[in-house]
Amino acid sequence: MDLGSILHSIFNFENYGELLALVQNSIWAGAVLGLLGGLVGTFVMKRDLAFAVHGISELSFAGASFALLIGSDIIFGSLAGSVAAALLLGIMGGRARDKNSIIGVIMPFGLGLGILFLALYQGRAANKFGLLTGQIVSVDTVQLQVLAGTAVVVMLALAAIWRPLSFASVDPEMAEARGVPVRGLAIAFMVLLGVSVALSIQIVGALLVLALLITPAAAALRVTTSPRLVVVLSVLFAVTATVGGILLALGSRIPISPYVTTLSFLIYVVCRIIGSVRAKRGINGRIVRPHVAVGEAVEGQTVAG
Amino acid sequence: MDRGIFLTPVVSLRGAGLQFGQRALWKGLDVDIQAGEFFAVLGPNGSGKTSFLKVLLGLQQLHSGTVTVAGQAVERGSRKIGYIPQQKSFAPDTPLRARDLVALGVDGHRWGLRIKTKTVNERVDALLDLVGASDYARVPLGQLSGGEQQRLRVAQALATEPELLLCDEPLLSLDLHHQQAVSALINQQCRQRNSAVVFVTHEINPVIDYVDRVLYLAGGRFRVGTPDEVMTTEVLSELYNSRVEVIRANGRIVVVGLPDATTHYHDDAHAGVEEGH
Repeated sequence: MDLGSILHSIFNFENYGELLALVQNSIWAGAVLGLLGGLVGTFVMKRDLAFAVHGISELSFAGASFALLIGSDIIFGSLAGSVAAALLLGIMGGRARDKNSIIGVIMPFGLGLGILFLALYQGRAANKFGLLTGQIVSVDTVQLQVLAGTAVVVMLALAAIWRPLSFASVDPEMAEARGVPVRGLAIAFMVLLGVSVALSIQIVGALLVLALLITPAAAALRVTTSPRLVVVLSVLFAVTATVGGILLALGSRIPISPYVTTLSFLIYVVCRIIGSVRAKRGINGRIVRPHVAVGEAVEGQTVAG
Repeated sequence: MDRGIFLTPVVSLRGAGLQFGQRALWKGLDVDIQAGEFFAVLGPNGSGKTSFLKVLLGLQQLHSGTVTVAGQAVERGSRKIGYIPQQKSFAPDTPLRARDLVALGVDGHRWGLRIKTKTVNERVDALLDLVGASDYARVPLGQLSGGEQQRLRVAQALATEPELLLCDEPLLSLDLHHQQAVSALINQQCRQRNSAVVFVTHEINPVIDYVDRVLYLAGGRFRVGTPDEVMTTEVLSELYNSRVEVIRANGRIVVVGLPDATTHYHDDAHAGVEEGH
């Protein structure tokens, strides 16, 4: 295979118009997941849960492959796996260190179970591969409706707890003093995260969920700390990555995930560069008043001396 | 303390006791704290100073006795209470700007999304102005100094116009300049807005000019009174059950010979610096 044919199999836009009409459902699914991933991702970053997302996705994968094995619905299988993992982490992992070790313990277990179930499965190999790396063409109207319906429920729940969850995520001690139910919110968010992971796995696969739930929010945080702008950019980046990835993947026989993860990664790199240029120039929004600064320095010296 | 004597005290403890397992931190504590009073809680590490605050915040149950705040049983998350936690620096990548931290103090406990953005913004601007933090309102939290972050903590605590301001070692790890600025801000709230201030500290000197009364906790015992009554060789020696020397110089208080010097003073090292001016 020469370079030209490799490129041709990666980027193939023959009969694009016809294909586009066929995968409308997938594009909508991508947009919904981008929106959900962008929103949930901001809290994943605030709560430092990147590793937890990975752990949940492995258990979700185990649930999905079990569902595949027994011929039941894959979405429900992966939902069951990820919500169980999320609840376990939410209830047991109070401290960050605990949480990380629990994730480290359950992640390989989940992956091992998943491999066991897939090895026992006698059906099409593409089904197995799809769980890990994502698939694009398989979204039918009913699936899209389930996906969108669930995503709306998750987003409404997230909106309902948005402010106290933000408070509890960035400033837990103070939030607790103000009567915010910090612990309850942590568990509630883990459930929402579990559902989001299960939904994302349908499109990008268990191994690449991070590209949807972490990278866009992480990229947004590189260029702004305004809470509102972080959310807007995170959603924008995530939707760009999913929808853009689907559009690029259309003509080829390659799974969608490399396109999504690459787009996501490129956005992150660009944001990181912008962020470091700004940091070098010392742009951080501080209003510098030369005479006041001098006055303070003099006053400080008097006090210290 | 003649002011406010006929009013309901902001804080009232009766026969209050706290113990962890077999170890009694303090018991039989009767104290009333009035509006506009600056009340310092002193003592070595592990004497139950922070637990005293937690009781008032409703995060810790008393083992015995009763406590009321503004005449009512303590309620978690009461808007009558403002809380300034120990200074802990925010991570450099904390996704908040200075003003966002203060905004959380205004309405962060409410459910749902923030809808009344304009009202909240105006309130935040006023609070930032009050603590002199307007110039760095839009700077990411992680890029602010410890002193700047602590000013924001004061603004956050004042967001609900509290009747009671609880401060847990708010000056810890601040330089002298910021120690003075932050304690002056807290004193201003106490005198001008008539809030009661409960100020937990292991070092009285930075706030010695403001303190009305002291609660000194040590070795399961305590003493309440004005700094002149409590900070004496006799009283502290009795509390610590060993010979402790209290020296006064230039309006500062230096305590020498504390039994657990490693966990306590601080002052010996600081005193030299403070008396330098």
